[in-house]
Amino acid sequence: MANTDRQVPPAWNAVGRHGVFPEANHDEIARFNFLTNLNMHLASRVLPGVRKAYDKRIEGTTAPSSRREVGELLRREPLYQLWSSLRRNTMEMRQQNSRAMVFRQLPDLIEKARQLNDGHDNLQMNPAVEIPRYVSAVDTHCMPGSYHTEYCDDDVAAGANYDSGIFVTTAGMLGRYSDGGGQALVEWLREEAKSGYRPKRILDIGCTVGHNIVPLAQAFPDTEILAIDVSAPVLRYAHARARSLGIDNITFRQENAESIAAEDGSFDLIITCMFLHETSNLALPRILAETHRLLANGGKVVHIEQPQFTPDMPPYEQFMRDWDTRNNNEPFWGTLHDLDLFEAMAQAGFARENITTRNLFAVVDETLFPSAAKAAADSEDYGRKPAWHTYIASK
Amino acid sequence: MTFDAIDMAGNKARGKRPTFFKDTDTDRLLSILMALAGELAVARERIDTLERLLEARNLLKQTDIEGYVPDTTAARERGLWHQEFIARILRVVQQEIEQFDEDREAQQQARRENVSASTELEELIEELASS
Repeated sequence: MANTDRQVPPAWNAVGRHGVFPEANHDEIARFNFLTNLNMHLASRVLPGVRKAYDKRIEGTTAPSSRREVGELLRREPLYQLWSSLRRNTMEMRQQNSRAMVFRQLPDLIEKARQLNDGHDNLQMNPAVEIPRYVSAVDTHCMPGSYHTEYCDDDVAAGANYDSGIFVTTAGMLGRYSDGGGQALVEWLREEAKSGYRPKRILDIGCTVGHNIVPLAQAFPDTEILAIDVSAPVLRYAHARARSLGIDNITFRQENAESIAAEDGSFDLIITCMFLHETSNLALPRILAETHRLLANGGKVVHIEQPQFTPDMPPYEQFMRDWDTRNNNEPFWGTLHDLDLFEAMAQAGFARENITTRNLFAVVDETLFPSAAKAAADSEDYGRKPAWHTYIASK
Repeated sequence: MTFDAIDMAGNKARGKRPTFFKDTDTDRLLSILMALAGELAVARERIDTLERLLEARNLLKQTDIEGYVPDTTAARERGLWHQEFIARILRVVQQEIEQFDEDREAQQQARRENVSASTELEELIEELASS
């Protein structure tokens, strides 16, 4: 058959449902399916064309030596303009589609969350927590209202929107519960356990809907987990989501990562998952300092992030990886990738020789998501691929 | 609690929207076009669901659809449907071609009656107001 080698993303129907997940009708699912395939098409069919157009433009001239120069060339390139505009539109459409689905059933979602949340002290809200400017200044990922906006009492809309749409942005490659990052951490921890590292208390900073921490709670039910975020609607949703998945060893707490109410050395493992790039130059050292303060001796901090930009990374790749900074409302994305994270972690108190980095790939059920494994191996989407760098510091 | 889910779904994200084309109208048009393409994909998926359900209930076989040959009447009706559909999509091209005739007629009229040959509406409004 002619099309057997074509990657086909899973239909959105494969998405994992839980007690507070929005109910989707036929056409809502079809909208997500269209966008998932459009995202894959843009990455696999149009983006290579942008590269060809770039190569043609620099043919016979001196190749740009910086990503700024690459940008000057590409901004005039029609194919790049088209790819960028389409990619931006997939983000906006993904938000509109999932918000339409969420808002039409919001009172039901709030009620479901209430029933799962009420009377449980594992959800600790603190309305006094101020939303930092790095969260409120622009709406991350073109997500109107970002993570924090509350449209009504006990709102969970931001959580439901984020949880239901992330499958589309990642073309399903983070798995049923969009937890491929968390599942990868579980695999890593099982490896580490062989040499005796078995954390009993875990902290997840910037947990949003808890999709990355729930797999750890499932795999290690005896661990005590604290998951923090500044945004109320995602926390209410996260707690209800975890409860409906049978989890009771995570406490979700509204808290600012720059100043965490916990005693020194409280945790054996501290993780952040695609979080550091959503902070700021002022906040980052404070957050890293907190991780050092809160980590017990013998413990580890793991940051899952995009790769750092190094002089070895070709300017074209740097420019493409920087696209989201300006075009997908990720203002700190490029700055962070230029920072020396090793140095920043060292300044936070970690001994340089105790900091390492390694690659991490999303771990997903390959019977349901056969395309995910293949995509991890053979495609590049400059930031959307379910493959990351981890920065690991030991104390 | 009352929400207008339609308006809220389309809310703008805080942060100035980037544009990519030399002419920002192109950015706007492409957004509209992609939304339309999405809705067409949704309609196609719904038809596909219908066909599969009909087949599962033994009311129709998808091979019946693939093997369907329209009779003369149906073929003519379909042909007309296609022509109307294409004409709707390419309306702007049709009108651009009609503009040639309009320009020629305006020039002939200008020669005959010593009036402006322009069909620009702004100029016409001014001309009508001052005459």
